[in-house]
Order: sequence, then C-alpha cells, then structure tokens
Amino acid sequence: MNRIQNAFQQDKKLLNIYFTAGYPQLESTVPILKALAEAGADLIEIGMPFSDPLADGPVIQASSTVALHNGMNMRVLFGQLQGVREQVPDTPILLMGYLNPVMQFGVENFCREAAGAGVDGVILPDLPLDDYVAEYQDIFRSHNLRPVFLITPQTAPERIRRIDELTDSFLYLVSGPGTTGGANTQAKGVQEAYFERIEAMNLRNPRLVGFGISDKQSFEQACQHAEGAIIGSALIRALEGAEDAPAAAAAFVSSIVQ
Amino acid sequence: MTVPTYQQPTERGYYGQFGGAFIPEMLYPNVEELRQQYLTILADPAFQQEYQQLLRDYVGRPTPLFEAKRLSARYNTRVFLKREDLCHTGAHKVNNTVGQILLARRLGKTRIIAETGAGQHGVATATVCALMGMECIVYMGEVDMERQKPNVYRMRLLGAEVRPASSGSKTLKDATNEAIRDWISNPVDTHYIIGSVVGPHPYPDLVARLQAVISEEMRKQLLEQTGSELPQYVVACVGGGSNAAGAFYHFLEDPEVQLVAVEAAGHGVHSGHSAATSVLGKPGIIHGSRTLLMQDEDGQITEPYSLSAGLDYPGIGPLHAFLADSKRARFISVTDDDALKAVVECSRLEGIIPALETAHALAVLDQLGAGPDDVVVVNLSGRGDKDLETYIQQDLM
Repeated sequence: MNRIQNAFQQDKKLLNIYFTAGYPQLESTVPILKALAEAGADLIEIGMPFSDPLADGPVIQASSTVALHNGMNMRVLFGQLQGVREQVPDTPILLMGYLNPVMQFGVENFCREAAGAGVDGVILPDLPLDDYVAEYQDIFRSHNLRPVFLITPQTAPERIRRIDELTDSFLYLVSGPGTTGGANTQAKGVQEAYFERIEAMNLRNPRLVGFGISDKQSFEQACQHAEGAIIGSALIRALEGAEDAPAAAAAFVSSIVQ
Repeated sequence: MTVPTYQQPTERGYYGQFGGAFIPEMLYPNVEELRQQYLTILADPAFQQEYQQLLRDYVGRPTPLFEAKRLSARYNTRVFLKREDLCHTGAHKVNNTVGQILLARRLGKTRIIAETGAGQHGVATATVCALMGMECIVYMGEVDMERQKPNVYRMRLLGAEVRPASSGSKTLKDATNEAIRDWISNPVDTHYIIGSVVGPHPYPDLVARLQAVISEEMRKQLLEQTGSELPQYVVACVGGGSNAAGAFYHFLEDPEVQLVAVEAAGHGVHSGHSAATSVLGKPGIIHGSRTLLMQDEDGQITEPYSLSAGLDYPGIGPLHAFLADSKRARFISVTDDDALKAVVECSRLEGIIPALETAHALAVLDQLGAGPDDVVVVNLSGRGDKDLETYIQQDLM
C-alpha cells in the first residue's frame, strides 16, 4: 500500500492542498510544504510552474509567473525536495504541472528524481491517456509513481472506467466547467447529479473534488459525495502579500479543518 | 490505418513526430466530437454545396492568379501572385471561418469563440458570425489590440465582443490560451474556431483542408496561364501557417514543386527578438500540439517577436514542423526591415499594398535561385490596409 492509499484509510474527509513551487519566494517551497502538513493537510500537490498553464485560472497563472521569475525550474525544485521526507514523513506528495517542462527534463529523469525525493504521484492534465499508456506507464510504475487523471461532468462512463483502471491513487473530479479558481456557477442540482452518477459507478479509486473549492463551507459541501476535496487558488490568495507565508499557509489549513 | 502522407496525418493526428492532441480532460469531449465528425461533415454533399456557394458568392472566389510582370522583370523570373487579399475581409482567413461556422452549426453549437493576432482571423470570424446570426467572442492580446486598432473596431462593428488577453506577452499565444480557457468553461454550447493550422488534432488538418481551396485554384489557373498545373516554386509566409498550408496543400505530393515557407526574423534570427521557429524551436507542446516550439531549456515557452502581429507565434503548425524536419519545404526567415522594403516594392511595382505578414513572402524573391522561365507563385495572403498605421510610423517613404 502506498502513502496515497494509506491516507484514504483514515475515517474522515481528506483535504488536499495545492501550492505553487517557488511562490511567493524561491525558497518558500519546503517551509510551506512542512507547514501545510503540520497544520493538517492530508495530501499535498506541489505545482510545477509553467509559462502557459491552460487549465488554470488567473490566480495560479499569476503565482506561476512569479515563481518562474524567482528562478524556479525542475532542477531547482528537485534540489529543494532532497531530504524532504525527513521533514514530512507520511503526507502524500504529488507533483502537478504541464507536460512540456517534464518532456524537456526527460520523463525518465523526472520520474527518477521525483521518486528519489519521496514523491508519490504525478498530475499532468495535458498528458493524453493513450500517450500515458504507450510511453509513460512503464516508467511511472518502475519508480512507484501513481498518475492522477481528471474527470469532468462531460467525461463518458467508459472513459471513467478506463481512467479508474489506470491508477491506484484517487480520481480528480473537476467540479464543473471552468479553469482552477473560478466561481462555482452551476446549478446545485446539476452538480449533485454528476457527483451521484460517479458515486453510483462503484469505482476502485476514491474521489477528490477540485476546482472552485475555496473555504470550509464549499469544502464540506464537496465532501458530501466524495472522500475529500482539493483547494489551490484560495490557498495561493492567502499567501499573496503574506509576511510569513508558511504561517499563512498553516492558518488557511486550520480554517478548513478546524 | 491510413498511410500518413504530407496531406493526411495519422488517425491520431500525427505528421511524422508532430501533432497529436495534448489537451486537459475538460477539452477532451469537444475535441473528440470534432475528431469523430469533421471528415464526415466536410464530405457531406449538402455541406459542400453550402460551403462552395458561400466561397463563390460571399467570399468572392476564385481569387485571381495575377502574373506580376514588373516584379517578374525585376527578379528575372515569372512571378504570379495568388490574390487572397481580394477575399472578402481582405485576407485568406475567411476561407476557414466560412467552413468552420457551417461545421459549428451542424454540431449544434450556438456560441463562437476565436483568437486573433493581427485581427484578420478575428474579423473573418466576426464576419461569418454576423452572417449566421451567432454570438461571437474574440480574444486578442492587449499589445495586438493597440497595434491593430482598425481591426478591433471592425470586429466590434460586426457585433463581436473583443476580450483583451493580458497575460504573458499579451499577443497571439496568450489570446489562444484565453480562448482555450473559455472553451474549458463553456464546453457544451461553444465551438472554437481556431484561425491557423495549430492546436490539437483535428484542427491542423481541418484548417488545412478548408484553406486547400487556395492551391486547388492555383493548379487550374496555372494550367490555363502557363500550360502546366505545376509551378517551380510556391512561396508563403508562416506564423502558425494557415495560408502556407492552403497554398502548399495540393502541391505537397508533387516533389518537383519547391515549397518555400517564410518566417519572421524580427530584428534578426539570433537577435533575441525573432519569431523564426524552424530555426530557434525544438520539439515541444503548445496549445495541444507537439511541434517545433520556441522555448527555454526548462520547457517554458518564450516570447516571440515580429513587427507583424500575424507572425509572432512561438510555434508552427505540426504539418509545417514536419515539412521543415523532412526538408520537404525550404524555410527562410526575413527581418522586419526587409519585409518593409518588400511592402514598398510591391506597392510601387504592382499597385498592390500587401499586409506586413505577406510582405515577408515577397521579400525572398531574390533568394530562390529561380531562372527566367521558372514559375514562382507567391501567396498574397492579405492586403495592407490594416497595417497602414504601422507603415506610417515606419516612415516607408
């Protein structure tokens, strides 16, 4: 059983927090990671900044621009993550980003470095399923890394089944149409029907709901039909201009879990 | 499984190692629907009848193939200009938007989005949306809105909403990002009319097929005017590459025809202010397609530069990446200054003021090595009206 599966053994709704590596300062990555874990985040996604993040809204885009300006890149990130498991032993860590920087770094190199740092899973929204199976799956498996795939209200049932077969981690349920950090404008009934439809499929993997979750209320609502939820943009907003970013990160997590 | 050729990508949209559909799951159902249906719809006789009729009666096709005698004398070869600048709206872009709006209607879509660089594709999209009575939103980089003001006004006059893209370099790449984000947010009722042979499969093939009418007409007109369907050279400028794809399409499988793609060198290919992707790019992913891409060593997409707003794209369509990689086409790059000289030359010698993008193609006539009896077709992709403010600022006289 891997760290991700272990986390889902807990008898509670899980909070998965996303933050951007190298934001607000280049050296913020590990202190924020540690603060999030200690404050009670159950899973943590570290965003690998990209110049053109198509699936992200303005908040994560802006944090990525700052991080890149600060000098963040794959080599720097893996350098920062050396020995991180001494500080954050049990919390599952996932890397989230876009395919091009991973391709340029080299998929094999990327997986070896990630596994060496104690990373458990990888989320690359623009990696097609067929390409994952044809070119990435063996490398991921040999480094014990789990892929996480997104599911949306428009994803067809047979495709959801296929996604469910391809991983042993969790399914990332995108709450509705839109990029990250957007307001949730859907009619409540429409969203409920979507969550209930997925719930009724009795899938192998647990489900976390993401996109548009920003506070305790929206977190609890999202958790009604899933094992937990993912928050990113709202955390980034809490870090914006904070004098002590790790403290702000911890306070944000406390505002959700307490 | 079809055998991939230059014209026909594989089932998954690959031209050699370039192409594919690298898109987030939120876009998958829309792109997949398009992939499954576009060939059937394009082949449908009812679609073809409506498309051909609009090309003739609304766009004004066929566009003339004009033998440019004074340019010919100047370069001691036979220069022909394919007059896409005479299309309704002033450029080749409308060939694609007419086709895609008919396609969108057949897919049951009611809302149209588009990106635009120079504004020509935005105008062409706003035009067909007005024609069909459909809602139209065009994303345009803030920088481009400033340097192409007349086109912004045209789009608004046509009833479109122009939304500024204010991230990154605030140009075509960023407008495309914003259009894609809009599509993610509006997956059910919206069709995205991409303006070039870029983006995830099937867009590069779809747009190439809709622009292929350019080279289809060229072959007939060349036969009438020169006695042979095949010229020695076909020359076109390349940003994303839609006019070049259309001009090359029906010559791709005729190896005796030299295809010449002209990129924008900006201040010079290695000046750090350039958009010469075939020289400066390496394989990477942009806007859902694996292609040649200008990027730094970390895989971050870099900001291209060209004085022309239609050529400053950091990638090229996957077909063109394959044409460059396989050496089927020759790629040349032209600086801002040389393009501006070609604007003046074409204006003075032929009485035709070309768009700044098109002028890049006109600027290579002395580099082809064409002999006196050779036939050189330059795709005159657009007219220069939209660039007058730039021409005035550059003090061309």
